Amino acid sequence: MAIIKTEHLSHVYSPGTPFEKTAIGDVNLEIEQGDFVGVIGHTGSGKSTLIQHLNGLLEPTSGKVWVDGKDIWENKKQIRQVRFLVGMVFQYPEYQLFEETVFRDIAFGPTNMGLSEEEIKQSVLEAMEFVGLDPSYADKSPFDLSGGQKRRVAIAGVIAMRPKVLILDEPTAGLDPKGRDMILNQIKSYHEKTGSTILLVSHSMEDIAKFAKKVLVINQSKVFAYDTVEKVFSRREELIEMGLNIPQISNVFHTLAQKGYPVSERVYTVQAAKEELLRVLRERGAAHD
Amino acid sequence: MIRDITLGQFFPGQSPVHRMDPRMKVLLTIVYIILLFSVGNWLGFLVVILFLAVSIGISKIPFKLMIKGVKPIIPLIVFTSILNMFFVAGDPIFKIGFFKITIEGVVLAAKMAFRIVALIVGTSLLTYTTSPIALTDAIESLLKPLKKVKFPVHEMAMMMSIALRFIPTLIEETDKIMSAQKARGADLESGSLMQRAKALVPILIPLFISAFRRAEELALAMECRCYQGGEGRTRMRQLKYGRLDLYAAIFSLLCLVGVILINLFAPVIP
Repeated sequence: MAIIKTEHLSHVYSPGTPFEKTAIGDVNLEIEQGDFVGVIGHTGSGKSTLIQHLNGLLEPTSGKVWVDGKDIWENKKQIRQVRFLVGMVFQYPEYQLFEETVFRDIAFGPTNMGLSEEEIKQSVLEAMEFVGLDPSYADKSPFDLSGGQKRRVAIAGVIAMRPKVLILDEPTAGLDPKGRDMILNQIKSYHEKTGSTILLVSHSMEDIAKFAKKVLVINQSKVFAYDTVEKVFSRREELIEMGLNIPQISNVFHTLAQKGYPVSERVYTVQAAKEELLRVLRERGAAHD
Repeated sequence: MIRDITLGQFFPGQSPVHRMDPRMKVLLTIVYIILLFSVGNWLGFLVVILFLAVSIGISKIPFKLMIKGVKPIIPLIVFTSILNMFFVAGDPIFKIGFFKITIEGVVLAAKMAFRIVALIVGTSLLTYTTSPIALTDAIESLLKPLKKVKFPVHEMAMMMSIALRFIPTLIEETDKIMSAQKARGADLESGSLMQRAKALVPILIPLFISAFRRAEELALAMECRCYQGGEGRTRMRQLKYGRLDLYAAIFSLLCLVGVILINLFAPVIP
């Protein structure tokens, strides 16, 4: 069943002024429950606007959004319920921390949901575990932590609401490689453990290829493609033309194939590259024997 | 919502009003305010309307936007009008117990309301047609004489430009933080006054932190480029009075003289 569905979704900023801008136009999308979706698109393509419609932060200029089978704008008063259902981690979420302790900051969402004290405590500790924060951090001030730790607190603050869908807008921007891998792996294990739907916005084609099952490409306010990683990244020329790319390793294999080596071009991760190389070498070895 | 605050928002364009020297626009706005408050009778208000109609017409600013600027002060207008209607002494035309409405009160209330609206519309024409940077340039230039008494004119203008420059940034930042906290279920739109005030804490704290961070970064960036204010600093955009400014000045002064003549010779209607 589709957990998120949009129909002719459009959004126009500042209509009727010289600043008028169509951020997204006529987006029709169906995202299945439990999918891990990578969202790519160059800066200003409208992807941020699109994802803010999925949890009701922006109201469509026209068109409809369904979450979990319900038209989210049918009852405006209930829009907060949608936000608990679809968790959203913004870019640089650490700038939104405000509480005195890590525990209380993470508890902000669950408290707003009206959970009991016991449930709040449980979901906070669970969320801290998901993002790899030791429970001893609970009483520290979030402002004393390092950048990477702050970000994990902020992500935990959204996970603690136990949303069915988790949207992350460039969760790794500005982190060092170690912090990046850590956060992405934690998101992956969260996805596997809870079976929740993940939308990951990223400019790293490598990360998308490594973690996502499907890729949503937004270009010039429209959905350019929504398909499996293989199918999307096989459209190399089109992606490059719109200012995106395919994973570096795929470019390497594309060049190798162009030069006449018997390798497949359908390689999108380093892991797959290793296997493909071993396969080619093995075949070559067998031919020599 | 927060983006609807239009007072002080620049509306880009190429009209003669946009192209005028910002200093002249500031000066003429002052002339306009003097004109507005020296109006003594209804004939004078016609001159004000003429002045506004001509300026807005030339500036090509949509009238809708002008009205939008007036909206936030409607409660103020209503409040002062009601006070005037009830508390000005004179002939009562309507009476219930203690309360009476007087003719003088109604006339005064109408005048007051008209003045406030005309004031907002006229001054917002200045900010609609002048970019904030041009405006601070103009203020710096106009306040130059104060340097004689050791008033730090340049520094003040710089502070103003920086403040103006960061208003949109801070609004954007506020929007972002609000979205982020709303995404965590923050309820900003309902509840009692106390609850609403409390709901602002998760927005204000991150906003202050980021404002301080930005200020520090900006100071560092300015020092890296060896910024030094005041003495010996040249500017990229030189301000020059042109023919347009002359026409505008003549028109405004004619209006002012008109109002004064009307005050002197036309019978003063209360």
